[in-house]
Amino acid sequence: MIQTLAFYLFAMLTIASGAITILARNPVHSVLWLILAFFNAAGLMVLVGAEFIAMLLVIVYVGAVAVLFLFVVMMLDIDFAELRAGFIRNFPLGIAIAVVLLAEMVLGIGAYRAGSLKLGTPDGSTAPAEGASNIEAIGALLYGRYLFLFEAAGIILLVAMIGAIVLTHRQRGGVRGQNIAKQVARRPDEATVNVKPEVGKGVQL
Amino acid sequence: MIGIEHYVVVSSILFVLGVLGIFLNRKNVIVILMAIELILLAVNINFVAFSSFLHDLTGQIFAMFVLTVAAGEAAIGLAILVIYFRGRGTIAVDDVNRMKG
Repeated sequence: MIQTLAFYLFAMLTIASGAITILARNPVHSVLWLILAFFNAAGLMVLVGAEFIAMLLVIVYVGAVAVLFLFVVMMLDIDFAELRAGFIRNFPLGIAIAVVLLAEMVLGIGAYRAGSLKLGTPDGSTAPAEGASNIEAIGALLYGRYLFLFEAAGIILLVAMIGAIVLTHRQRGGVRGQNIAKQVARRPDEATVNVKPEVGKGVQL
Repeated sequence: MIGIEHYVVVSSILFVLGVLGIFLNRKNVIVILMAIELILLAVNINFVAFSSFLHDLTGQIFAMFVLTVAAGEAAIGLAILVIYFRGRGTIAVDDVNRMKG
């Protein structure tokens, strides 16, 4: 009973905050509603026993992606009223496409309920082990069977990170930065020498 | 009783909302990126629900990879947005034709 209640609460809040995300006038409000949608989706995932993915969703989406959005929205000085100019004009087309898409999905779910297609059954090698927690089971799969995919995901993140830095980095004029090549090419004879003169003989006055 | 259909309905509504968001905010690329995040979230809910339904953890592993790609996409997309804004002083994307492709 409590599961049903929790499901409907999470589901309704997810959908409502998703709707406000795309309709809000101010993009900052959009980001905040998006965060609420992520939290409630994490709740939906906890309900089916996928607590690892749920926590990952909170950490990655709320902690990283949403904050990145907030930074960019606040950093850029944009006239958002002008950007909303086509909102009403695009409304009929958007609604039409949304209705078509939703009708297709309802048809798909209806067809599934009438009797699903048999596409073979899982051989059981990736079924969660009895007694192991969700994190343990995922760890065993991720570092065993899917190790190379896991490393590929790491490479994707590395490439994205380097790409974002390269794209947004710019050279400013008038700044005295470190010249590494000049430092490395320095020779001892052009360097300052540290001497220890006798008392009273260091400088000529 | 909550079944797999409930989860599929929720994720399809969220997916449609994401697509609708792309069409409604055709000028504002920030909201378009957020709508794409909503779409990916719907996909993740679907993956996790079916993973639990079929007793097969591969769905959750795959949801993690979707999460990875979503994070990378957001980072690169926002970086492109920042340099686009630097160059033109606006982020209206409905008439981006600088490259004349």
